[in-house]
Amino acid sequence: MIDAGALSARFDTAHDLVQLMTPEGERVEHPDFSCELDDEQIRAMYRDLVLVRRIDTEATALQRQGELGIWASLLGQEAAQIGSGRAMRRQDFAFPTYREHGVAWCRGVDPLRLLGLFRGVDQGGWDPRDDGFALYTIVIGAQTLHATGYAMGMQRDGCVGTGDAERDAAVIAYFGDGATSQGDVNEAFIWASVFNAPVVFFCQNNQWAISEPIERQTRIPLFQRALGFGFPGVRVDGNDVLACHAVTSAALQRARDGSGPTFVEAYTYRMGAHTTSDDPTRYRLHDDLEHWKLKDPIARVKAYLARGGGADETYFAEVEAESDDVARRLRERCLSMPDPDVLDIFDQVYADKTPELVRQQQEYAAYLATFEDSETGSGTGSAVDADGDREGAPA
Amino acid sequence: MTQLTLAKALTHGLRRAMDLDVKVLVMGEDVGKLGGVFRVTDGLQKDFGEDRVIDTPLAESGIIGTAVGLALRGYRPVCEIQFDGFVYPAYDQIVSQVAKMRFRSQGRLPMPIVIRIPFGGGIGAVEHHSESPEAQFAHTAGLKVVACSNPFDAYWMIQQAVASDDPVVFFEPKRRYWEKAEVDEDGSPDPLFSSRVVRAGTDVTVLAYGPMVKTAQEAAVAADAEGRSLEVIDLRTLSPLDMDPVLESVRRTGRVVVVHEATVNLGIGAEVAARVSEECFYALEAPVLRVGAFDTPYPPSRIEEEYLPDLDRVLDAVDRALAY
Ligand SMILES: Cc1ncc(C[n+]2csc(CCOP(=O)(O)OP(=O)(O)O)c2C)c(N)n1
Ligand SMILES: [Mg+2]
Repeated sequence: MIDAGALSARFDTAHDLVQLMTPEGERVEHPDFSCELDDEQIRAMYRDLVLVRRIDTEATALQRQGELGIWASLLGQEAAQIGSGRAMRRQDFAFPTYREHGVAWCRGVDPLRLLGLFRGVDQGGWDPRDDGFALYTIVIGAQTLHATGYAMGMQRDGCVGTGDAERDAAVIAYFGDGATSQGDVNEAFIWASVFNAPVVFFCQNNQWAISEPIERQTRIPLFQRALGFGFPGVRVDGNDVLACHAVTSAALQRARDGSGPTFVEAYTYRMGAHTTSDDPTRYRLHDDLEHWKLKDPIARVKAYLARGGGADETYFAEVEAESDDVARRLRERCLSMPDPDVLDIFDQVYADKTPELVRQQQEYAAYLATFEDSETGSGTGSAVDADGDREGAPA
Repeated sequence: MTQLTLAKALTHGLRRAMDLDVKVLVMGEDVGKLGGVFRVTDGLQKDFGEDRVIDTPLAESGIIGTAVGLALRGYRPVCEIQFDGFVYPAYDQIVSQVAKMRFRSQGRLPMPIVIRIPFGGGIGAVEHHSESPEAQFAHTAGLKVVACSNPFDAYWMIQQAVASDDPVVFFEPKRRYWEKAEVDEDGSPDPLFSSRVVRAGTDVTVLAYGPMVKTAQEAAVAADAEGRSLEVIDLRTLSPLDMDPVLESVRRTGRVVVVHEATVNLGIGAEVAARVSEECFYALEAPVLRVGAFDTPYPPSRIEEEYLPDLDRVLDAVDRALAY
């Protein structure tokens, strides 16, 4: 008789969740990872957490008021993003999805820049090289390959395993649980493994891909897949900023040292809708949400700081006030973001604009001018010279 | 007769197709409980079960590739691609596998797969959610490509596509999903691969499909007020093209304007223009003019209204055609 049961027995799903602070704000020890942060640094992280949540809330409000077309909230995922983002060094590089507002914050990206895509005035528009933060990527999983290729470039540039803390660098690729099903992501794992690329695959398992629960993407804990690709995987409490920081620090250092990729699964929960266009009441139970509310990533840090004297009410109030200030300024600047000029898009497609595109730009400018003539009688603007360069347009 | 939105008409059409043939499956991302992000598959999983309405893992190549296997097994998968810009991970499966299976088996294997793609812009979405990739599929031998423009056609065309033994890439004009019209569920539809005159006229023939049909019709109304009579044809099928109604019209009007949201360069309009000039060159009073997108990626949504062909740009082309 063929014993198929023997195979099932080999299917080991035992796993361990790295946690360094409980939802109640108690510090706990872990045999492999420890928190290297002092209270002042933890206070700074608390500030990060509060600020990015506040920015996120403001963006959601801006969407509701029609100022953004859509917004993808990070609510509930602040610790995963701040913990991992703060583990990066200046020379490291992050490849985000569309939800990594907290990581952007850690990289020093002005939050206003993030709003452009969602407001519909640009498609990111920043230079990823400025802050080591790639453009937001909406096509699920594509950025994991870019991250791997970038890491291979660092390797070739001699920025890995030199022992120089200022020089050794690594890449971190962000993606969701749903993304792990994409071919691109699996190919990234293979490339990274085969070439021992200095890249950390940071998966925020928020349990949902729009309406599809994690069971629709995997039958084993995601971090266990890493082994099959040939590198370590670890699951961390994604709502524990200390654990996320410790594990990501270790994974990034491993990459910088030249020991290759690591898969980090930050186990968390999408507390809000997928985006402001989504209605989660159609597919998920309220109970789950209540359960995860008890694991809030910010409340536990606050409880810890308050209990241990690391921060007092004055500090919390200051952070609160600062966050309102940041939100207010963000709102003001969002409202005054100019719409792009349609004639500029012709200049942004190629290094060497094609003759055809030059012609299209000139014809369209002339076409638009016919309206200005009839509406205002002025006929100004929309001038495109013979080379197709717009007057006054940035080079 | 029922008043239905275009999205609901598709739901009704799919429901009827599933009722008629137990081999019809619906599969894609979020098509089950959520009913799809545009609710086109709303309620189908509840009524037909999870075996027939399948929420797939998040991988487009997987959706189409497994549909090929299911089709080999006798099923008729209707695959939803969530947005136009997300079809590309499945491009290999569509172009190299779906399109060629019959040919490679020397005509033996049917590939009754429908690939539904909400397409086009005008809904204020972020990048990759407003594209018009139809020409890329129409250019591929082995695929048939259609686009519906109104609820009545949506209801019937989706059923005809499901019944087709050839693979059909089915484009749905997403910005028209919420527009309502009477749908006669006992009516008799035109054949799937046929175009249709939707407004008779005498001066210029305007060809459109999908979301631009309404724009063309509005242009015709505006032109009428200025004493110009436009004949509007809804192409409906992009591959194969149904040129007979077009040629018949052009022989009367002598002038043609083709409108689509997709880039003009190597678009459907280019093929139509070539066919018209080949078939009725002597009837032409003006070159075939095209209205469509520039050779740039789709722009940020705040300027999409300037980017998309609209009534004014159609009328501008009509003026130019008449000026010859
Ligand atoms: C290739 C591709 N297919 C489909 C989509 C539509 N889509 C946007 S987000 C999303 C779910 C992503 O889930 P997950 O990877 O878990 O990330 P999360 O949104 O939960 O952060 C889907 C299907 C897309 N953006 N790209
Ligand atoms: Mg997710």
